[in-house]
Amino acid sequence: MKVTRGFKGKPHDSRATTDRVPPGQYVTQEFPVLTAGPTQQTPLESWSLALQNGGQLLARWNWGEFEALPQTERTFDIHCVTKWSKLDTRWRGVTFDELLKAAGLTSPPNMYVMAHCDGGYTTDLPVADLMEGKAMVATHFDGQPLPATHGGPARLLVPHLYFWKSAKWVRRLAFMETNAPGFWESLGYHIYGDPWREQRYSGD
Amino acid sequence: MNSPARRDWQVATATLFRQETARVRSITFETTAWAGHGAGQHVDIRLTADDGYQAERSYSIASPAGCAPSVELTVEHISDGEVSPFLTEELRAGDAIELRGPIGGYFAWDPGMSSPLMLIAGGSGVVPLMSMLRTRDQAGSKVPAKLLYSSRSAEDIIYRDELDRLAANRDGFDLIHTLTRGAPAGWKGQNRRVDRDMLAQCGFQPAEEPQIFVCGPTSFVETVADQLVGLGHEESAIKTERFGPTGDKR
Repeated sequence: MKVTRGFKGKPHDSRATTDRVPPGQYVTQEFPVLTAGPTQQTPLESWSLALQNGGQLLARWNWGEFEALPQTERTFDIHCVTKWSKLDTRWRGVTFDELLKAAGLTSPPNMYVMAHCDGGYTTDLPVADLMEGKAMVATHFDGQPLPATHGGPARLLVPHLYFWKSAKWVRRLAFMETNAPGFWESLGYHIYGDPWREQRYSGD
Repeated sequence: MNSPARRDWQVATATLFRQETARVRSITFETTAWAGHGAGQHVDIRLTADDGYQAERSYSIASPAGCAPSVELTVEHISDGEVSPFLTEELRAGDAIELRGPIGGYFAWDPGMSSPLMLIAGGSGVVPLMSMLRTRDQAGSKVPAKLLYSSRSAEDIIYRDELDRLAANRDGFDLIHTLTRGAPAGWKGQNRRVDRDMLAQCGFQPAEEPQIFVCGPTSFVETVADQLVGLGHEESAIKTERFGPTGDKR
């Protein structure tokens, strides 16, 4: 470890509690906005969420149908690859498990999922990282409808991975047999993105 | 697709400093194993206190593409920041930090791109765009380029003299400044926030199919990107980088 002359860092009492903040991250009270292009504006009337396997449509919900699915409210810590973490964020949405159930699936038809979003963004995930309550399609943040800048009306939420995996403006979850890189994963970012192993970039 | 080679931390030594404005300083680092970078990319830096505490941050690269082994960063002092006050005030020539990169391949431009280059900056958001302009200049590119650059006051303009020199080359680069908190006597630029009319008048038209890069504080980028879409620019042609507080703590 190389000590940087003259660098003291924050006072000890304001440093992150190490057991909740992954390496290289700092805690913010803000909610920064990171997006590669313009914010997407999708009216609820034309919004739907589809579940696909290969090219086959498994299920599709319009906004009213989606809101009628069993809702889950959970509090998570979130970690962005640009170094900020935000603790105790409160979300509401429909878990991936409930989506499978609502689509009549007893088990996932393939091992990987590509999330497709308005604006063309994509991100890839192992199905195992979406199951057993680990992920949801979130429509509410801190008791309010999710603002468009933060991915509303609905974003994927996979809080145990870097936040680029929690795709904003998600519209389609497509199962795939073998994994393929999504948007950032094709541009030098890590294929999996575990903040606790600091998997920021390919090769980490 | 990028190679999976790990971007290892490497020691980088500060060699040159240039005070750009009262709050902004450029720092040149000499690296040992820098493979070069593209215009618009950034680096991660890591500082270590003598008790082992570490802080990591990302900074845009200001120097033109392909100038290894040196990397220039331009850093704005953030009053309640942890890393930027160190970089802008404490760091001295000969001091070493750790750095890795380059990072990011989307918000990036290279002189092989032939579409007109539309750059829109708010404050220190000009840094990665300056890397693009320096790269364009070094390559002798004649690709039409415009920089619409919003600053608070004339004293806050980063790279002011160098931008003037680039504009004086008359090689297809147009520079448009706008000031949001009052303009000095004799000011010839714009003096209001970037708005739809300014983008329509000072920018390329959608039919010219420009490649557009917008970088600045979150609210600035949100507004500009929405207005560009409203003017008819293709969403896929608009690349953005947002930074700083959102005022949105929920």
